[in-house]
Amino acid sequence: MRSVSIIGVGCTKFGERWDVSLRDMIAEAGVLAIDDAEISGEQIDALYVGNMSGGRFVEQEHIGALIADCAGLSRLHVPSTRVEAACASGGLALRQGILAVASGYSDIVIAAGVEKMTDVSSGTAADALAAAADREWECFFGATFPALYAMMARLHMRRYGTTHDQMAAVAVKNHHHACYNPIAQYQMEISIEDVSRSPMVADPLHILDCSPISDGAAAVVLAPTEMAKKLSESPIKVAASAQASDTLALHDRRDLTTLDATVHAGRAAFVQAGIEPRMVDVAEVHDCFTIAEILAIEDLGFVEKGQGGQATEEGLTAIGSSLPVNTSGGLKACGHPVGATGIKQAYEIALQLRGEAGRRQVDEAEVGLAHNVGGSGGTALVHIFTR
Amino acid sequence: MAKGILSYGVYIPRFRIRLEEIARVWGDGEEISEGLRVLEKSVPDLDEDTVTIAVEAARNAIDRCSADPKRIGAIYAGSESHPYAVKPTATIVGQAVCSSSSFTAADFEFACKAGTAALQACLGMVGSGLIDLGLAIGADVSQGAPGDMLEYTAAAGGAAYLIGSQDLAAEIEDTYSFTTDTPDFWRREGMPYPEHGGRFTGEPAYFKHVTGAARGLMKRLGTVPEDYDYAVFHQPNGKFPLRVSRMLGFSKTQIEPGLIVPLIGNTYSASCLIGLAATLDVARPGERIFVTSFGSGAGSDAFSIRVTDRIDEIRCRAPSVRDYIGGGEYLDYAMYARHKGKLRV
Repeated sequence: MRSVSIIGVGCTKFGERWDVSLRDMIAEAGVLAIDDAEISGEQIDALYVGNMSGGRFVEQEHIGALIADCAGLSRLHVPSTRVEAACASGGLALRQGILAVASGYSDIVIAAGVEKMTDVSSGTAADALAAAADREWECFFGATFPALYAMMARLHMRRYGTTHDQMAAVAVKNHHHACYNPIAQYQMEISIEDVSRSPMVADPLHILDCSPISDGAAAVVLAPTEMAKKLSESPIKVAASAQASDTLALHDRRDLTTLDATVHAGRAAFVQAGIEPRMVDVAEVHDCFTIAEILAIEDLGFVEKGQGGQATEEGLTAIGSSLPVNTSGGLKACGHPVGATGIKQAYEIALQLRGEAGRRQVDEAEVGLAHNVGGSGGTALVHIFTR
Repeated sequence: MAKGILSYGVYIPRFRIRLEEIARVWGDGEEISEGLRVLEKSVPDLDEDTVTIAVEAARNAIDRCSADPKRIGAIYAGSESHPYAVKPTATIVGQAVCSSSSFTAADFEFACKAGTAALQACLGMVGSGLIDLGLAIGADVSQGAPGDMLEYTAAAGGAAYLIGSQDLAAEIEDTYSFTTDTPDFWRREGMPYPEHGGRFTGEPAYFKHVTGAARGLMKRLGTVPEDYDYAVFHQPNGKFPLRVSRMLGFSKTQIEPGLIVPLIGNTYSASCLIGLAATLDVARPGERIFVTSFGSGAGSDAFSIRVTDRIDEIRCRAPSVRDYIGGGEYLDYAMYARHKGKLRV
């Protein structure tokens, strides 16, 4: 297996991109990444794209061929593959690209992610997203994603004494981080009171506990590390790529307050990279709801089980503290175009490790982690990157 | 040749429903009224429709200036709730208010800006010398599906403007339109209620078109917001006109007299024309008014208007907008549903 590095990254502005289409965004992100890597189209051996539901959101499937075509690569007949793992589609596309390079089958590979979610009503979007849960055993009985995460939150509150203010602190911090991120959907500060007073979605989760519906695309360029050293002045090494699965339905889980897929992918990734959680300098974790970030920092081993809420409230995960989490603003404030999120996380970590994150730069960041979850935890991916 | 407004008239049904009453039925929070900045909306009587409202407004316009209705050479009625799909509203209005048959008539539809489109057509007919007077009407008994966000604001009302070139109460200095194909709100043939694109109705629809038309007109005239004493923008709710006026550089004081949506709701094709009427109700000779409508689909018409000395002569000869506000009869949701024909038996 060959070592793999990222030699270029690109990401569109996230948000309500009424003026552009799915193909416009994927072309924009792709061009940014290729320009950043200073490569030409002829050098690309393969493309992977994460996209959850082009069929439901813009009535477009066959996204693999579409992105090759949009990238102007159709005449080169480059293999292009769309992968899907709900909200972890981007992270999975990244892993497929890494495996292709590591195996030796391909040298230069683009891993991208895209989702155009605002062309449909919020009801249609919510239903498309619900397809990531167990349709027969959860959705047919009325469960929505906020409802599933609300159940996790309620048990976490009961068992560990986590408060809603502690959950709200996740949103407040991520909005603060997003103020320094030019691609973020919500570059505005909010307060604990704003979260608590916002409309209730599924008790205890208010609207400001939830990540938004967003449009966006991101892309990274991968190469074998040996080649990357020649192609790039600041390659970012992929130190680990791990993936795990779990039951699709929440009620079949061993424990409702733990995402075992995250635990397993995290452990595997730390073993691959040969590091401990405490050695991570900056992390992007899957905060589709505020409770999800609390679960993530526990399940990844950054804090003890049950301590995630308190740690957030005490500021442990803010920029300037020992473990800055979601410097991009996370899914909550940077936005969550589901297929693009996993790639955007890698984009953010690459910027941090290259020292190019501007006002949200984490000092001397050398080790970064990206954590991407599909559904309520049926899939989890953890990637670790180093300078 | 100066062209503009000889006279204006409005009509608003006397029934009201409070937004909190609608929220009570649908289980929405009380904050909905605060969020929309609308307290209550007008509701038509059992036998009122776009035609009866248009006739009332037209009569008020004619009465206000005592013009001979025989001089009217064109009647254009703008609405998104014409009672007939085929059969004009404008002919019924014409028969009711004119004592001649020597006029052209047509119905206009452009969501909430059909009224200002009719006004522009009258300006063209007058300006070209084809007619002496034109009657432009915006009237609606707008529809919102039960439980839909639109139901909180969809109201009833009408405004009529007599357009000519002499004895003007207000000169229309120029008009400019901004139009694109933007599907933010629509109602297909045979469907009882319109559909809309949720948040898409904001930024890429209302704000883009209102600012597009307003900036286009000010650029052409070389004017700035400070040149105007008043401004009126289409009022789908109380929030949008406030925000768009801020975006364009108009002050709250400038839009205050014409901002009537909190007390009557969104009267669609009549919305910004009633706002203009409320402003004419208080404007002094020589003052300037900036008006921009918005219609989903989408487009905006902007107008630069200068009030003349004649306004003081005609102002009190017909009911003002404020005369139709206050003292209304409040309906509960059940009576409201009956008035609006929501109960089908």
